[in-house]
Amino acid sequence: MNQAPLVALVGNPNAGKSALFNALTGARQKVGNYPGVTVERHAGRMALDDGRPIELLDLPGTYSLDPSSPDEAVTRDVLLGTQAGERLPDAIVVVVDASNLDNHLRFTLQLIALGLPIVVALNMIDLAERDGLKLDAVALEGELGVPVVPTVAVRKRGLEALRARLGEVVKPGAHRVAAGKGVQHDIVVLQRRARQIALAATVSETAGRRWTHRADAVALHPVFGPVLLLGLLFVMFQAVFAWSQLPIDWIQSGIDWLAATVGGALPDGFVRSFLVDGLIAGVGAVVVFLPQILILFSFILVLEASGYMVRAAFLMDRLMASVGLSGRAFIPLLSSFACAVPGIMATRTISDDKERLTTILIAPLTTCSARLPVYTIVIGAVIPNSAVLPGVGLQGVVLFGLYVLGVLGAFAAALLLRRTVTKGATSGFMMEMPKYQAPRLRDVGLGLLQRAEIFLKRAGTTIALTVAILWVLASYPVAGPGQKQSEVSIAGHIASGIEVVVKPIGFNHDIALALLPAMAAREAAVAAIGTVYAVDDPDGDRGQDTIRSQIHARWSLPTALAFLMWFVFAPQCISTIAVTRRETNGWKWPAFMIGYLFTLAYVAAGITYWSAVALGL
Amino acid sequence: MNLATAIPAPVRLALLPRMTRGTVAAVDWAALTLPEARRLRELGLDEGVEVELLKGSGILGGPVACRIGRMTVALRRHVAGAIHVNPMGAG
Repeated sequence: MNQAPLVALVGNPNAGKSALFNALTGARQKVGNYPGVTVERHAGRMALDDGRPIELLDLPGTYSLDPSSPDEAVTRDVLLGTQAGERLPDAIVVVVDASNLDNHLRFTLQLIALGLPIVVALNMIDLAERDGLKLDAVALEGELGVPVVPTVAVRKRGLEALRARLGEVVKPGAHRVAAGKGVQHDIVVLQRRARQIALAATVSETAGRRWTHRADAVALHPVFGPVLLLGLLFVMFQAVFAWSQLPIDWIQSGIDWLAATVGGALPDGFVRSFLVDGLIAGVGAVVVFLPQILILFSFILVLEASGYMVRAAFLMDRLMASVGLSGRAFIPLLSSFACAVPGIMATRTISDDKERLTTILIAPLTTCSARLPVYTIVIGAVIPNSAVLPGVGLQGVVLFGLYVLGVLGAFAAALLLRRTVTKGATSGFMMEMPKYQAPRLRDVGLGLLQRAEIFLKRAGTTIALTVAILWVLASYPVAGPGQKQSEVSIAGHIASGIEVVVKPIGFNHDIALALLPAMAAREAAVAAIGTVYAVDDPDGDRGQDTIRSQIHARWSLPTALAFLMWFVFAPQCISTIAVTRRETNGWKWPAFMIGYLFTLAYVAAGITYWSAVALGL
Repeated sequence: MNLATAIPAPVRLALLPRMTRGTVAAVDWAALTLPEARRLRELGLDEGVEVELLKGSGILGGPVACRIGRMTVALRRHVAGAIHVNPMGAG
């Protein structure tokens, strides 16, 4: 056996588990998936002091081994050795919040009873001391009968001691005790024992500063609370546009440089136009949106790490309850503004099946960042850049309107779904509200790095492949004199078939051609429209400005508005459909989702087109 | 002499005056669903545990925020209504 020992990091939510994981493994992390479930598998490498490698597994936080949601089930199954695709851990590191021992020790007792080698990390000991709580780690160790190490993960304190104690319990070559003592289920008994132990380990306690409560007096205030939340959301969306322009320009110049360099090095012909006008331009049109996506994700990561996200869920609960959901659903929906895929994956914390399903089904309606390229270019092409009010541009208002429309659509859909296909009693809203914490730059940075990797991988695979296939299909057969390439090519013929269906709602041949690759990823629509104009006019300039002016010249206003409306509702994203299939274990719900969203998109685009035409726009 | 004032009668957590501490006297488990009861246990709720209402549900009937032991927890109003509390005097 030459596999590195597997050590599972386990703990209650808000114990600082992920911070400890980041501190122990640094950037040596791998995010994967467990087979059959959408719960992400976070694993990383670390070395013990004697150089032995360890594979550290960050398991989803849970309160007990009786799971009430899919991610909690993974934690239990891994620890019992029954999780497909995972071996039984060789040891456990339990992370407990030093200032909440009463509660966290209960789970620790349940874990100790499993019989696996175990080390307790008494984490956030600094915050406990700040709050006037003095603990005796040695006494705690005596009570629990397993090693206890005080740590402050975010300041990397106690990590060496933790590695040393871990080295003692993970013995080289030793066969571990078979876990099989079973799970102790009686929460009340465990809880009372936990309280006794916590009391025995407490040296002294003074009434500390309770500034989390003071902050909550504002954050949860019936008037200031919602104002603060709206303000934060406003700043977030504002930042996505205001802060991104400079990095977008940098990326654009990089892409232009690459296109010019490759173009200059190759002789004129199919290969050059395929590489420069097809692949580089197509993938580039998507990659430029990386800064906006990262800005959005950094806000979401900071809101989560600071503890504010649960407060936002609290404030939204009343509103969400009115459409049959709970405040908990707000968190995945907010993530969906960045991307529906992590959004849908975040629904795994919702315990009620029907509420979770509803949240999954409406998540694609919140405006994800992949729609931005489409919105930005089409709005730039057809909406005049005039001011509605001083400092408020018409283009911005239209964009904001599209976001609002998505949200209203999501709420309306939830209301309808909860009264029909996902009917059921609400599971309520019960959530721990963690202490406020200053988010660690490093943790946010690692999170962003992972998101950037996923996005660029997608641009380099799905989108590059789509663009390449489209380029070939759009280039052959070659048009004769007086013919339009985008019409005689194979892609053109396919588009003509789609056009029959979408013509009534005002879509032209270019759009019909763009809809197919947009199924792979919405952003690909921009690349596809670019392709149409590139194959029709091989000598023309490239880039976003050209696509914009071509749309301006070739699309009527009603057509453009209908196109925008289509993108508010249409489920054009293979990744979302795939993650929905995985999450709901079958094709029934993704098929339903595709059906209802396409119907909605068709009707909404149609109404927009017909009204706009009737109004003479 | 009125002894009732010396030992205050239990009050529902949802109706406890704000920032008043108390200990859980009893929980009406029958008023809760099984998952609700279990999660409430997991959040540390038990007879004798110290609790405090931090934010009431307001006129719109939103959730309440309360402290259970050392944790701050958000609950729907009907759940907080099932928790009966012995107030510990002015807090």
